Amino acid sequence: MKVIMTETLLIDLDTEKWHCRRCDKKIGSARKSYKEGMLVYERDPQDIHPTQLDPEKYEFTFAPDPKWIRILEYYCPKCGVMVETEYLPKGHPPAHDLEFDIDALREQWKDREELTEPAYGPDLQMERKVHRH
Amino acid sequence: MDKIEALEPNDDQFDEETMMAKFLEETTLFLGPDPEIMGDHDLAERSDREDEAMKKVTDPATLAIVRDRILAGANEGFEMLENMGAAPGAKWGDLVTGVFSAAGDLAISSTGGVLIFSSLVHHPVKFINKYWRDEPTVGIRPGDVFMHNDARYGNIHNTDQSMMLPVFHEGVLIAWAGATVHEGENGAVEPGGMPSSAESVFDEGLKLSPLKVGENYELKRDLVTYFQNTVREPKLQYEDMKVKMFVCRRIEARIREAIDEYGVDAVIACLRVGLEDTRAEVRRRVSEWPDGTVRYSHFADSTLRENVMIKIKLELRKKGDTLTFDFRGSSPEFANRCNNTVQASLKGMICQLFLAFIWPDLPRCQAAFAPMVVLTDEKSALNSSYLTPNAQSMMTFFPAFTGAQIACAKLMFSIPNKSTKVVAAWYDMINTFLYGGMTQHGEIVGNVCADINGMSGGAHGDRDGENAVAPIFATMADIGEQELVEEEVPFIQIVSKRLLMDNQGMGKHRGGMGYEMMVAMTDSEQWGFMVTCIGSKTPNAAGLFGGYACPTYPLCKVKGVDVFEMFKSNPEDFSYSMIDVMNNQPFKEATYSTHHMGLQYELTRRGELYMISQGAGGGYGDVLERDPLDVMRDVEEKLTSQTLANNIYKVVYDTETLVVDEAATQKARDKERAARKKRGMPFKQFCKQWSTKKPPANIPFYGSWDDSKLIYGGSPEETMTPDTMRSITMPHPKDVRIEALEAELEAAQKKLARSAKAKAAPKAKAKAKAAPKAKAKAVRKGRKKSR
Repeated sequence: MKVIMTETLLIDLDTEKWHCRRCDKKIGSARKSYKEGMLVYERDPQDIHPTQLDPEKYEFTFAPDPKWIRILEYYCPKCGVMVETEYLPKGHPPAHDLEFDIDALREQWKDREELTEPAYGPDLQMERKVHRH
Repeated sequence: MDKIEALEPNDDQFDEETMMAKFLEETTLFLGPDPEIMGDHDLAERSDREDEAMKKVTDPATLAIVRDRILAGANEGFEMLENMGAAPGAKWGDLVTGVFSAAGDLAISSTGGVLIFSSLVHHPVKFINKYWRDEPTVGIRPGDVFMHNDARYGNIHNTDQSMMLPVFHEGVLIAWAGATVHEGENGAVEPGGMPSSAESVFDEGLKLSPLKVGENYELKRDLVTYFQNTVREPKLQYEDMKVKMFVCRRIEARIREAIDEYGVDAVIACLRVGLEDTRAEVRRRVSEWPDGTVRYSHFADSTLRENVMIKIKLELRKKGDTLTFDFRGSSPEFANRCNNTVQASLKGMICQLFLAFIWPDLPRCQAAFAPMVVLTDEKSALNSSYLTPNAQSMMTFFPAFTGAQIACAKLMFSIPNKSTKVVAAWYDMINTFLYGGMTQHGEIVGNVCADINGMSGGAHGDRDGENAVAPIFATMADIGEQELVEEEVPFIQIVSKRLLMDNQGMGKHRGGMGYEMMVAMTDSEQWGFMVTCIGSKTPNAAGLFGGYACPTYPLCKVKGVDVFEMFKSNPEDFSYSMIDVMNNQPFKEATYSTHHMGLQYELTRRGELYMISQGAGGGYGDVLERDPLDVMRDVEEKLTSQTLANNIYKVVYDTETLVVDEAATQKARDKERAARKKRGMPFKQFCKQWSTKKPPANIPFYGSWDDSKLIYGGSPEETMTPDTMRSITMPHPKDVRIEALEAELEAAQKKLARSAKAKAAPKAKAKAKAAPKAKAKAVRKGRKKSR
């Protein structure tokens, strides 16, 4: 049984491993942080959010202040898909953002059907329950 | 506490302890906010009367019909309030109506409007029940009208005024009807109701603990007059008090009609069953989520007076049917800044997250949040103490909302059954102008523009976010008609609702985009603007699953110009783009500047420009997975620049026709993926060189770093623990500026002195060098003379 946990990651309950959903790369133990199996790159935020106003003239330019905040980009080591971005002040320890109880997850999914695509949800609950003939 | 009977000194029961208890009960000096009421967001215990009603009326169809009848009454009240209310907020949907149980739980809220208002009014209703019911000088009787606006007794800040009417049946209190409006003006130190320069609660204007303002459905004019004298918009104050009272009366009338038709038991049972069923359904839904923990930290960048880094830390834990929002380790409170949040306000905002974004199909009632647990440190920015100002509490609880939105999206992504779409962070800040002064009609006003409601939606899992669609705190709100606004107030939005290129959270699906706003005063003896947002150094709306956050936003000003005169002479020189105006500087004599978006009330002259942009929602997923055709559509519509299309989305296309070269795009994206693998570093290795033990010394950092029990108070040396948490007192920004200027002056004076000394030195040296020769000459001359 594979459970889709994020846009790009799933947990294989049989092997208890994180996998990349794009290339099926085994990322690491599902009982640990998936980040441990990722490649990380520290970005100057202005690479992504460029200055719109002339930085020679102005202090605030629509671009984040690189002295205040950095972007950590997490990539799958096999296919290079970007799994996560984390905006942190310089030196702030990255979060162990996803920590699931694997035993409880297995129990929860024993009666559920495996999904092959993420359930992105309906626009409205009513849309899903609309009565059709 | 039960009443203590009068005792005489010779009474057998008399003792010192009893006398002391009696003395304390009779001599309470001050009824401040009740910690028991303010700390409890669960439902009141089911009363005997409710129990009796629930046994009598069990038919679900009857209960559903009664519920719909009462909801229709609340919606009718909402429409009345929106159409008749004088406050700009009322006209644009920043209001709500609701029906509360006798004990004060919000059982039914209007379909539209600001749910957080009503989901927090249960606190003041419970206060009234507890303290005023048996108080001989107050009491609760049919026809009474109660009012409230102090967030310390419930709700979020005192610009929002609530009115509550008890509903009686045959002499028994069975429900409450309520209405709340963002009124705006409240007599604070700055106009508009949300004073960012407030340094104490006493700068924040009218603060009403729950109090009776009317009897027999008549407002007490002496009190109304007092309130009118306390605020800048006296007519608005009176009009909206009357409107809210009549709205509550209409809701009361609809409740009575339901009683007449279905019986009072059906009404009482309907309110209670709705609450209990919703609470049970929420527990069931939570149990479908996976057990686990999601962690997220948000870094807010301002108090509105100065740029500082305020950490909002969230650990969201789910086990069984319980969700725990643990915000411990977040920033301490600020003693003289108004960005502090009363803990109950935080809870109301997260309740709003569930009812507007996660389970919008649930009945809009307080029970939707009843099973949740919220943990905060006392004296933190999310659980501020009694004397800390809170008029701009949104500056900390909106970032907390974003944390909760991201954490919930991550935690629940795997579940097969969702009630609405997966979404990245909604834009979470009130990018708009507040204003105040004398209108063209000779009225003194102070209020806020409806652009407060134009926040952009986060990207969805399967499509882009909606542009400038709705605020995070309300459904069915409106961004207003600018032409109508201009009839009432003396300023024009020269640029209004124009989407700003590249203002987006990039991703596989991009966040909704925000529009730019350019305002200038036209005609007033005295007029000023304010802006009260954070997010000029660090982004507000986070991305999800590899999506990027929104950009940051400046306040731009052009002073010393009258653009209206320029429009007369050479209008072709004007660019309707804040970026062009700032970069090209078309007005020769003008002064151009950018600032963080905490602008305290500033007087303006005719034709001076103030420019900001509405924010964008966070992006979803990897930018390299965005459909190239979507990128080109955005380029064609001038939403995305070719720079962004090339550099971020890596799309290759014909720059003239915008036709995508699919093969070349694939190649460019493959190359970028390969580049990522090359530049990326294994996580553990990265952490070794990245992670530090303390926050950096060059940023005033507030909150925990890697240990939630060690809180920093502005520098790596200033630390505290949850037990020793203390309020932070900030220096006045002008004092900081004066100090900096004095230091600059001193340095310049020293430099000048050094320069003067250096200039004087060669002469002195030459003089000194010349001195022995002169002396010798004089000696020789002396000798000569002596001969």
